[in-house]
Amino acid sequence: MAIDKVWVLAETAEGGGPTPVTLELLTEARAVGATVEAVTWGADAAALAGPVGEYGAGTLYDVGDLGGMLPGVPVAAALAALIEGGNAPEAILFPATYEGRDIAGRLSARLDKPVLTNVTGLVESDGGLSSQHPVFGGSHIVTARFTGSGPALFVVRAKSFAAEPSGGAAAAVVAAPVPDVATTNTAKVVERHVEERTGPKLDEAPVVVSGGRGLGEAGNYAMIEELAKLLHGAAGASRAIVDAGWVPYSHQVGQTGKTVKPTVYLACGISGATQHLVGMKGSKNIVAVNKDQEAPIFSVADLGIVGDVHKVLPALIEALKAKG
Amino acid sequence: MNVVVCVKQIPDPAAPGSLDPDTKTLDRSGKLIMDDSDNYGVEMALQLASGDGDEVTLVSMAPNGETSGLRTGLAMGAAKAILVSDEALAGSDALGTAKVLAAAIARANPDLVVMATESTDGYTGTLPVQVAELMGLPSVTFAKAIAVDGSSVKVERQTESGYDEVQCPMPAVVTVTAGVVEPRYPSFKGIMAAKSKPVDNLSVADLGIDASQVGAAGAGQEITDVSEAEARTAGEIVVDEGDGAQRIVAFLEQLKVV
Repeated sequence: MAIDKVWVLAETAEGGGPTPVTLELLTEARAVGATVEAVTWGADAAALAGPVGEYGAGTLYDVGDLGGMLPGVPVAAALAALIEGGNAPEAILFPATYEGRDIAGRLSARLDKPVLTNVTGLVESDGGLSSQHPVFGGSHIVTARFTGSGPALFVVRAKSFAAEPSGGAAAAVVAAPVPDVATTNTAKVVERHVEERTGPKLDEAPVVVSGGRGLGEAGNYAMIEELAKLLHGAAGASRAIVDAGWVPYSHQVGQTGKTVKPTVYLACGISGATQHLVGMKGSKNIVAVNKDQEAPIFSVADLGIVGDVHKVLPALIEALKAKG
Repeated sequence: MNVVVCVKQIPDPAAPGSLDPDTKTLDRSGKLIMDDSDNYGVEMALQLASGDGDEVTLVSMAPNGETSGLRTGLAMGAAKAILVSDEALAGSDALGTAKVLAAAIARANPDLVVMATESTDGYTGTLPVQVAELMGLPSVTFAKAIAVDGSSVKVERQTESGYDEVQCPMPAVVTVTAGVVEPRYPSFKGIMAAKSKPVDNLSVADLGIDASQVGAAGAGQEITDVSEAEARTAGEIVVDEGDGAQRIVAFLEQLKVV
């Protein structure tokens, strides 16, 4: 066992229960640490005690209801208070999510400890932990470690580890109240807008169909959505078309977006910039359609069609419809 | 209203990146350009600070007094820039960089600090909130829209399932995602004007920061190894001769996806 105690930032999924990445991190925490504890927040945080216990956490620190405030400031402050109270773990694993990165960054500055992000692997070294990070589109793996004292803060990409239950009992819930952070804890959610989603989530879908610049114009993204629907999958996007404003950031696959590992990834009109490859090259099967034979996407494709998406995609849609 | 935009000057992402063989950090010795991600922050800032007396200041940390990326932002319409350039900063980690930027940003006395969600080259994505924490400011990340409403900002913050409307008093740090606004192209007039706009060039000592806190000396992390990842085995690449769609269907059938 590399280290004694590891904390995992546990997040609640929409509709309750832990997010998949929470369970992945708990599983990895068990592999590297003798004691695993989880930290969470929210009105019904205690509801996570059962599931996080089942994946190995003995204790669940509950920061409690944040009263609509964004979690970055209050949760980091509560973590810092626990740590300064003499309860420090040697490492904390944060998911690379909207809230995970905010909390990790805030805690890093508060504790004056560095944070390592985009972690996809953890390895034991010299009695401590080193982290692995894909660079240059995943063609190389950098190994890094902290040189100072802990806790070591790691922000881990989803799908880096497979989740496996340990069969543990429900975690003991311990309150971790937020100390006084009135001056910075002022960003408040006043209204939530939930967009309707049909079909599976992008990072959980068995099939992902993504579009890029090669689609030519924003209107052609409708083909990607139709294909995703026909294949019971989710629609993704390259950074280029997110930057161009064709689709929202939540669709982005890649280094600066989501990591996906579906059974099939269908890349349409995507050249395969390194920034994109790092988010999808772990897919089990990759199909690419691109008119440029030299496009880097073909270097990772199991099936590559050198052709015009404006011809291939309509034909594919018709063929899939015909199959019913 | 004073709006500060942090701008990162990075090696051209279109050129293949490389790591320095000794320090194993990203080689930044070539020509640097303004990170594309920062276009959106600069544009957003210019739109928010368009009234009389409003001003946009760019803040950047870069080696060798590099200003070519800053000139891009100035040509778009920012009034001035603060550049921190110091040999002592080589090898800085995100937290060290945040300390430098926080000190530099404070000089511009901002009402609002705008940054990209993450840079294209380092993409740690934690720097903006580290800066906010060091400056004692609130922050709203992943903004897809920002509006100033009296003494506070209203932000539409991207979420997994849509967006949240977040209200936050100023001064505050807001990070924007790409694609939220259409960045303007610098005009010829803007490019010419940018050449004479003031760039305040500061050292670590000017900011009152101890050099041991930043750069490789202050970095609490090190890279111990760089190795090639397992490559995917090459697949079948075929030129579409009208049968491309059928080949994909056959492939999906073989995987029992359809």
